[in-house]
Amino acid sequence: MLTAIVLLPTAMAALLLCVPRSAPRRLFLTAWVATAAADLVLTVIVWAGYEHGGGMQYETQARWIPSAGISYHVGVDGLSLPLVAVTCVLFLACAAYAWRQTRRPREFAALFLFLQTTCLGLFVALDLILFFVFFDLSIVAMYFIIAGWGHKGASRAALKFFLYTFIGSLALLLGFIGLYLAAEPHTFDIVELTSANPLAGRTTYGALVLLAVAVGLAVKTPTVPFHTWLPPAHTDAPAAGSAILAGVLLKMGTYGFLRIAMPVLPDAWRDYALVFVVIGVVSVLYGALVALAQTDFKRMVAYTSVNHMGYIILAIGAAGAVGTGQDEARRLAVTGSVFQMVSHGLLTGALFLLSGVLYERGRTYEMSAYSGVAGRAPVFAALTGVAAFASLGLPGFSGFIAEFQILTGSLGPEPVATGLAVLGILLTAGLFLRALQQVFLGPLRLPVAAPGADRPFPDIRLHEGLAIVPLLALGVVLGLAPRFVLDVIEPASRIVLELLAR
Amino acid sequence: MTGMNENPLDLLPEVLLAASAVLGLLLGAWLPRRRQWLTGALAGTACTVGIVAAAIAAAKPVETVFGESFALDTLTATSRIVILGATLLVLALAMPRLYGDPRETEFYVLLQLSSAGALMLAGAQDLLLLAAGYLLAGVPAYALAGFRKDGPGTEAALKFYVVGALLGVLMLAGITVLLAAGRVTAYPMLRTELAEAPAGLVAVGTLALLAGVLFKAGGVPGHFWVPDAVQGSSAPVAAFLTTIPKIGALAAFYRLAVVPLADADLPWADLVAVLSVASMTLGNLAAFFQQDVKRLLAYSTISQVGYLLLPVAVAGRTDLDQEALLYYLAGYALTNLGAFAVVCALPEAHTIDDYRGLARTHPALLASLVVCLLGLVGTPPTAVFLGKLEAFSAAFDGGYAWLAVVAAVNTVASLFYYLRWIAPAFLARGPADDPGATSRSAALVAYGAATASVVLGVLGGTVLDMLGGPLAR
Repeated sequence: MLTAIVLLPTAMAALLLCVPRSAPRRLFLTAWVATAAADLVLTVIVWAGYEHGGGMQYETQARWIPSAGISYHVGVDGLSLPLVAVTCVLFLACAAYAWRQTRRPREFAALFLFLQTTCLGLFVALDLILFFVFFDLSIVAMYFIIAGWGHKGASRAALKFFLYTFIGSLALLLGFIGLYLAAEPHTFDIVELTSANPLAGRTTYGALVLLAVAVGLAVKTPTVPFHTWLPPAHTDAPAAGSAILAGVLLKMGTYGFLRIAMPVLPDAWRDYALVFVVIGVVSVLYGALVALAQTDFKRMVAYTSVNHMGYIILAIGAAGAVGTGQDEARRLAVTGSVFQMVSHGLLTGALFLLSGVLYERGRTYEMSAYSGVAGRAPVFAALTGVAAFASLGLPGFSGFIAEFQILTGSLGPEPVATGLAVLGILLTAGLFLRALQQVFLGPLRLPVAAPGADRPFPDIRLHEGLAIVPLLALGVVLGLAPRFVLDVIEPASRIVLELLAR
Repeated sequence: MTGMNENPLDLLPEVLLAASAVLGLLLGAWLPRRRQWLTGALAGTACTVGIVAAAIAAAKPVETVFGESFALDTLTATSRIVILGATLLVLALAMPRLYGDPRETEFYVLLQLSSAGALMLAGAQDLLLLAAGYLLAGVPAYALAGFRKDGPGTEAALKFYVVGALLGVLMLAGITVLLAAGRVTAYPMLRTELAEAPAGLVAVGTLALLAGVLFKAGGVPGHFWVPDAVQGSSAPVAAFLTTIPKIGALAAFYRLAVVPLADADLPWADLVAVLSVASMTLGNLAAFFQQDVKRLLAYSTISQVGYLLLPVAVAGRTDLDQEALLYYLAGYALTNLGAFAVVCALPEAHTIDDYRGLARTHPALLASLVVCLLGLVGTPPTAVFLGKLEAFSAAFDGGYAWLAVVAAVNTVASLFYYLRWIAPAFLARGPADDPGATSRSAALVAYGAATASVVLGVLGGTVLDMLGGPLAR
């Protein structure tokens, strides 16, 4: 079942590439939407059949490269299932959003379908090499999306993105090899490694492996100081690409921490938990401050991702403070960090798609070029407003639940750091309000029409609405009734903490 | 030393190749020009039968033949299959180009002789046979490098020859010194003798010997010929020079590490590690700003030798070394030949700029190029990825974790120049420049090699299982 979910998009992509380029554009786009929808349906079926608290489910294991300890091993639990679901939702939204794609639609659709496979594959992988394969292939696919369909300067941004994240992936690979050689018998299987805890009692070795794994994942997340690839990549990527990059690809890093670093290296994680707390807080504050300084709407949203990912790092760092008698709090922190991944995926995805709408109309992201847009495009303004408020963590939206859990959970174990991180919420509130005011309120002013721009500023089109509204609606649903997701996440976060406490 | 193990059938792949070269030479003298391709077909048949023979021989127990001078073990068997398979691919690249050429037969003969030399290198278990293999692999290759008889070709051949002759003499001197130190040239006996010989003598002899091996492998410091010879010669010859002698040389290098020099008083691992770092770093740095695609690939192969030396550096210190080397060699041969096949398929495109806009004109070729170049980087799920994974693991396991880290850093650096080639081919907008005529057969080889490199990567498990056999000692 999981294999079908993972491979379906790539099979479709291969099929699309066999269709001659001259076929009507709609054919490719329809096929894309249909595949993404089918994948979502399959995921919903998996979710419906998922037993709460049952640990790893839908497991499949097949021999792949036994002599090197590598197998094809997939499965889902409470950590990965929500991320698989959010991935499918976001890809479907992007498929709908790209309905008017005119530039090489065949390749665009095929690349996105392939990217979907890599993302889903990563979240269900239970073998380090399988994880790495999908991790690396996602970089390749994203490189071509940014470079091929991005704005001016895209090839530079794409190269930077590729080089940075590839360095990270190689550090990750070295860490994985370290784990592989530490286990007896040698294996790359995450489940076996988790139960074996191969580096127990080997302090230096464990620290080095954690360093390699953490650097790899931190680049992808990204945290300060490895975040410098992110703003250019986001700014120059096409809107759908940015939405996937922020909504799904960044989660690969944080998911890796929860799936690999914490359970497999519990000793090292406990020893260095404080490092992650510090990096998390710095990311929160630095991301927010730099976002505040931006004049470019999309760049601003990009930096808020650094801020939001910082909360997750803070939470998982705080969760490492074992022995403080704060078990309940730490569980809340881990649950919140998974919930934040889901919530951030939906909301930032929506924000990036909205910024794409803005760019399509005015051919610039510069906020000072716009003013009073609300009068011309009330629906667009309303949606952006909702997305911004949701993103800054207003009660009633998913972002609130996530940040509340993270901050409440982290406050006990790490009071000072959490106190500082709360300031981040204040900063994001300020910067979002400022952006909303600048773009949507005041007298009407639109940028001088650049070549290719639509004038006068039309409101949200149907396909754009179909892409963005469900994301925001899900954000609201999760904000009002989060139980159905939390029920899935909570048992898994308990297991993670039990593994960490060994 | 009995006469029991001197059955020529044990050397069937080598004998077949040499016999078909001689037969081809005779045939070529009689055949009309339009029928000369028959000698090429003969060569192809010899390679194919040789692969089958090598595969059958691989199932037999390990032994040494011809007075213990030639080893029949997994190392030899795998090298045979890879070398002969690579030769087949080069033949497929060269034959359509050479059709009707007045010197068509000579090309095939030289190619086969040089491949036979590489086969000798891979199986040699005696320093003198190693030297003979060096010459047999080298001399025909000099002629091949200058086969076009134009300016760059002549320069290529001359440079190749001069460096080869110099390092060959050095190698012979090294063999002489090792003979003086150990009093024999056969590996199994050298192993015990060298352990007791004066360390200085062994060190000097080994260093001089390695000069020749590194020349064949195209690794630092024997790499000076690579860029010029590759750029100057025709694309199929360039593909040949950067692949086939390397396989033989690296197999020989590994055997030297494991059999005769295993017990010698040498800081062997450190020495090879330094060579490896030098190869990958210099190769990568020099490749950074190359415009000519053949030259770029030439430097990339130098850096690949660096990665291939990882398992040699830790030879005998871990269980993973032999599998890693052999698997990486096979993956490298396929991927590198695939990249060169793309170059062959576009004979009029010489620089990176000539590949601009390839996405529009030849999407399938571009896809093969992307697979092969990213394969050379080591992006999963291609064969080189698994090869690198094994090589890194071997280095870690053998206590050379820092070497694996250096190799990983180098891998990232190498991305830069591969992307410099891929990006404009994929991205260039507007009316695409037509990269000129294409060669259909070379394009087919490119598709095949790219596909095979992915298939080998995905099916790596079964292949790896076969590569761990014992070594003749």
